[in-house]
Amino acid sequence: MSSWRVATVVGIREETATARTLALRVPEWSGHRAGQHVDIRLTAPDGYTATRSYSIASASMADELDVTVERVADGEVSSFLTEGVAEGVPIEIRGPLGGWFVWSPDQPEPVQLVAGGSGIVPLMAMVRTHVSAAAARHMRLLYSVRDPGSVFYRDELLERATSQAELSVDYVFTRAIPAGWPTPPGRINAPQLSLHTISASERPTCYVCGPTGFVETVANLLVAAGHDQSRIRTERFGPTG
Amino acid sequence: MGVVTPGFFGRGRRQDAELPPGQYLTEDFPVLSAGPTPAVALDDWEFSITAESGDVQRWSWKDLQAMPRESFTVDLHCVTRWSKLATEWEGVSLDALLADIGSSADFAFISSYGGYTTNVPVEDLLDGKAWVAFGYDGEALAPEHGGPARLLVPHLYLWKSAKWVRGITLSNVDEPGFWETAGYHNYGDPWREQRYWE
Repeated sequence: MSSWRVATVVGIREETATARTLALRVPEWSGHRAGQHVDIRLTAPDGYTATRSYSIASASMADELDVTVERVADGEVSSFLTEGVAEGVPIEIRGPLGGWFVWSPDQPEPVQLVAGGSGIVPLMAMVRTHVSAAAARHMRLLYSVRDPGSVFYRDELLERATSQAELSVDYVFTRAIPAGWPTPPGRINAPQLSLHTISASERPTCYVCGPTGFVETVANLLVAAGHDQSRIRTERFGPTG
Repeated sequence: MGVVTPGFFGRGRRQDAELPPGQYLTEDFPVLSAGPTPAVALDDWEFSITAESGDVQRWSWKDLQAMPRESFTVDLHCVTRWSKLATEWEGVSLDALLADIGSSADFAFISSYGGYTTNVPVEDLLDGKAWVAFGYDGEALAPEHGGPARLLVPHLYLWKSAKWVRGITLSNVDEPGFWETAGYHNYGDPWREQRYWE
């Protein structure tokens, strides 16, 4: 787990104006668990290195490793990965890492995912693993995002939500709504959470990922709605340059 | 030296000297925790130290506030790679809290409100290296940063500085805590970059 290996960028997909997905081919990658992350290390010609952690977006059984990177102002690593990198470039990675914020298709209980902004990335790995594994248990995603243009994986989520009976996807738009959207923009509140998430009585495991304030709010709302705190797993996205 | 990344030149060099390997500097105070933030009322708050004999010493919030308090300035290093320098805290040193405990145990197992646990050798809690902290940057410590009180062991990665600390159990057996059983290093020295199980 601790050794660095050289991955190759084999695909680049723009997700939004500020975020892109890099598909990495990693020799002898033995798979990962949905929700885990990798460390990416960049090395300059003079030996200077910069390392950051990025969540894996691809399903646990996928051949290639997808990471989605959002550009952070003044972020030397995220700027390079979203603007400077090209297909064929070698990039060092280490991982997979993280043993807590993970979901396995073996888990028998329903799953509630709640994403804030780029916090969708590790949850997308769970959505993709759920579908690939044909898991029978209900998985529900509530995705809070600023505006329609900031949605990652939009077409794929739409396609998966309509084709997979046990997967449902709901959105909350905080700043601007799509044309014809029934509710005005605003942050997640208790009534919305109750409307768009699996009830506490079904005892789902909840995975909440996003910026600190978002995760604090949602985790507290889930506890207030009767979810046992031992079944709420959180991951906060700090600033990652 | 690693494999050179074509097109990458980097911008962060000037901070390198004061940071442990693989860390970058942040001016923010990011938050890392595994679950919801526990709500602990000061009237119900209690902190205890249990010796290997089974003897327990308890402090109410009032008791803790009556202890000699220290102001101290330390650097924080999180395993998620951010470091924050010269943070200002207020709290009670573990030297003071452990002073009247009859113990020769080598290991401390730390428990928090909300169920979090971690482990630290006792010697890393002594000699002015660790505190139960309740003030940050001149204010009461905010709940998302571990308030009302957290352990602070700043010479180790920050997951060792248990938020919402509730008790310490001293033992001659080293018992790995929450992150230590989930793939993170048992000791966690940032200067030796002890992030994960090797």
